[in-house]
Amino acid sequence: MNLAEGVQLVSFIILAVAMIGAALGVVLSPSVVYAAFLLGAVFISISGLYLLLNASFVAAAQILIYVGAVNVLILFAIMLVNKREDFQPVKFAWVRKAVTGGVCAGLFLLLGTTIITTPWAFSTETPIGDDAIYLIGEHFFSDFLLPFELASVLLLMALIGAIVLARRDFLPDAALTSDIENLKLPERPRELVSAAKTEQ
Amino acid sequence: MQLQYFLLLAAALFCIGVYGLVTSRNAVRVLMSIELMLNAVNLNLMAFSNYLDPAMIKGQIFAVFVITVAAAEAAVGLAILLAIYRNRDTVDMEQFNLLKW
Repeated sequence: MNLAEGVQLVSFIILAVAMIGAALGVVLSPSVVYAAFLLGAVFISISGLYLLLNASFVAAAQILIYVGAVNVLILFAIMLVNKREDFQPVKFAWVRKAVTGGVCAGLFLLLGTTIITTPWAFSTETPIGDDAIYLIGEHFFSDFLLPFELASVLLLMALIGAIVLARRDFLPDAALTSDIENLKLPERPRELVSAAKTEQ
Repeated sequence: MQLQYFLLLAAALFCIGVYGLVTSRNAVRVLMSIELMLNAVNLNLMAFSNYLDPAMIKGQIFAVFVITVAAAEAAVGLAILLAIYRNRDTVDMEQFNLLKW
């Protein structure tokens, strides 16, 4: 093992441990805000793994889109639904967690045996490395042109759909009287849909 | 550095995402678990792209498309979450039974 392989292996181990630890923190942490920040750590570790896989463009896109957009969006959502509520305990919650953990461990074992026993057809070609961005551009505008255009339409649909779903009904002519009222958003009052469980 | 290490890592991340998806009570955490699973798939695609197809890198193209769809999914999912929160005044997944008989 020469120096480059050793450096690669050490960085892979560091990134893998950081990623798995942060992912466990996302799932198991009691505070959802900590979970959101640990999710950012997961995304950054995965970006480092992409760098190890000779994909610098996708690594940069990963940081820009996931850490810069998705994670910030999740933090804003946490801020908007920031309600300190203690969830009512569900009966047999530990059974659910145990069964889910067992199923996930089984799934991991299944995937692991499949990965190890499959004879992979490794390619002997040299990776193109930093020229990948030119090749990605050529792919986008030649043989992947239709999915590329469909992705733009999908993003437009998601943009409009998110606005329509999250929009509040304003009352533009609502009479604002006191100072307290001025600070509130004039919003059409709506009745809460009562939960069936709580009525019983 | 072998392909199998990356695939095992991605499998572990996917299983953690499945566990969080099923057991989480907070709806925001469910969306985070979905992001974890999408990232595991992306890691698989990038590993295949580097080790099995290093000259054409079709895996990287797929990963970019998956990132695009994941961004759209996060936006719409959080908007749906806000709408549900405004109607039900909770983010508890156990209370979201509007479509359940």
